[in-house]
Amino acid sequence: MDLVIVDVGCGNIGSVGIAFERFGLSPVISGDPETIAAADKVILPGVGAAGYAMEEIVKRGLAGTLRGLTQPVLGICLGMQMLFEHSEEEGTDCLGIIPGRVRKLSPAPGMPVPHMGWSSLQVRDDRIGLRTGDYVYFAHSFAVDAGPATVASADYGREIPAAVRARNFLGAQFHPERSGEAGARFLESFLNA
Amino acid sequence: MPARRIIPCLDVKDGRVVKGIQFRNHRDVGDIVESAMRYREEGADELVFYDISASAEGRSLDPEWVRRIARVIDIPFAVAGGVRTRDQAAACLDSGADKVSINSPALERPALIEELARDFGSQCVVLGVDSFEADGDYWVKQYTGSPDATRDTGRRTLDWAKEATERGAGEIVLNCMRRDGVRTGYDLAHTRAVVETASVPVIASGGAGALEHFRDAFVDAGASGALAATVFHDRLIAIPDLKEYLGTCGIEMRR
Repeated sequence: MDLVIVDVGCGNIGSVGIAFERFGLSPVISGDPETIAAADKVILPGVGAAGYAMEEIVKRGLAGTLRGLTQPVLGICLGMQMLFEHSEEEGTDCLGIIPGRVRKLSPAPGMPVPHMGWSSLQVRDDRIGLRTGDYVYFAHSFAVDAGPATVASADYGREIPAAVRARNFLGAQFHPERSGEAGARFLESFLNA
Repeated sequence: MPARRIIPCLDVKDGRVVKGIQFRNHRDVGDIVESAMRYREEGADELVFYDISASAEGRSLDPEWVRRIARVIDIPFAVAGGVRTRDQAAACLDSGADKVSINSPALERPALIEELARDFGSQCVVLGVDSFEADGDYWVKQYTGSPDATRDTGRRTLDWAKEATERGAGEIVLNCMRRDGVRTGYDLAHTRAVVETASVPVIASGGAGALEHFRDAFVDAGASGALAATVFHDRLIAIPDLKEYLGTCGIEMRR
């Protein structure tokens, strides 16, 4: 399988690549629009700030390419947030592939921000390899609004979409590559899609 | 709050895991990858690797051992030790670390916190604080990796916790130095004070010796995670037993 990880110039490319190597794959890291468009499957990673990551995407001429992809695409963490319309983080316009906005989490007593650690899931879609009650690892200060695309969620003062799905696009707010056995099942379901 | 985290801390020196008492007299306790795998199998929620001599020796930790760990484990881990520039932090994250913990370099130049938070997000930036009780208050120490280099900063711990989180630190590992390695329990009052001062997760560190100490860190001090080294390295507490016990205390644990 020809798996391409989009090079957005920063972030968890290292650990995402290693996670797929565990499945015997050799993902290619690329910022080249043609290579990305020709891939069987595409991973949009991202740790970092939305403004910086979106700037890198635009600078590399990738926004149109990413919007036009028809093969299975997986956005992870910030990579998932970028699939939506707009992020409150630095007032950033994102790719607009999935309707909805990204908002900052508000800290409350007993609920510090970032939301960091293992939270249990409510799962609404049995095709994503996850089950209700699975614990997965989160590390984020911003989250998308729950909506029709939400297929798994965690509770953190408000409903936090943990996985989203729209057409060929799948997103994970959590870090599947750092979520033990549950994370591996999620990645496997994407690879088998 | 997510499940409370049990976090073994692995002190690293020359690519090996070591442990000392009150930051002195380090002895070799094992290979770094074998230790990482062992804790992952036992159910640790996260790992922290500190290159304890890097900062005092004026160098950054070696991304080579970060890569070795990242290849084998599928739980999050943070790395620490002498990271003082954006590029050094980027090298750790690109090598597969989930978070970079900064301590002495953030005290040297607090703007480092903002630079890392801006480029990588607060969730990647952990502030390590070595807090020392003296004259009825708690104070931040610097360069604690080496007894000869350790010095007072003149900063109150609570002031520093507040400043650092405002600058963008996304988590605080609060190490209470007088409790390090002595197994008499976490400093609950001080940890509680930092939890109430900072809006970010706080990890209790220093003093774990019994199952109840972990319960107290979560229930009484409100910590998001509890870090320990000696009790895990010396197999005085097994993580599955600890999680079982904390579960019976009504504390949410990842199983």
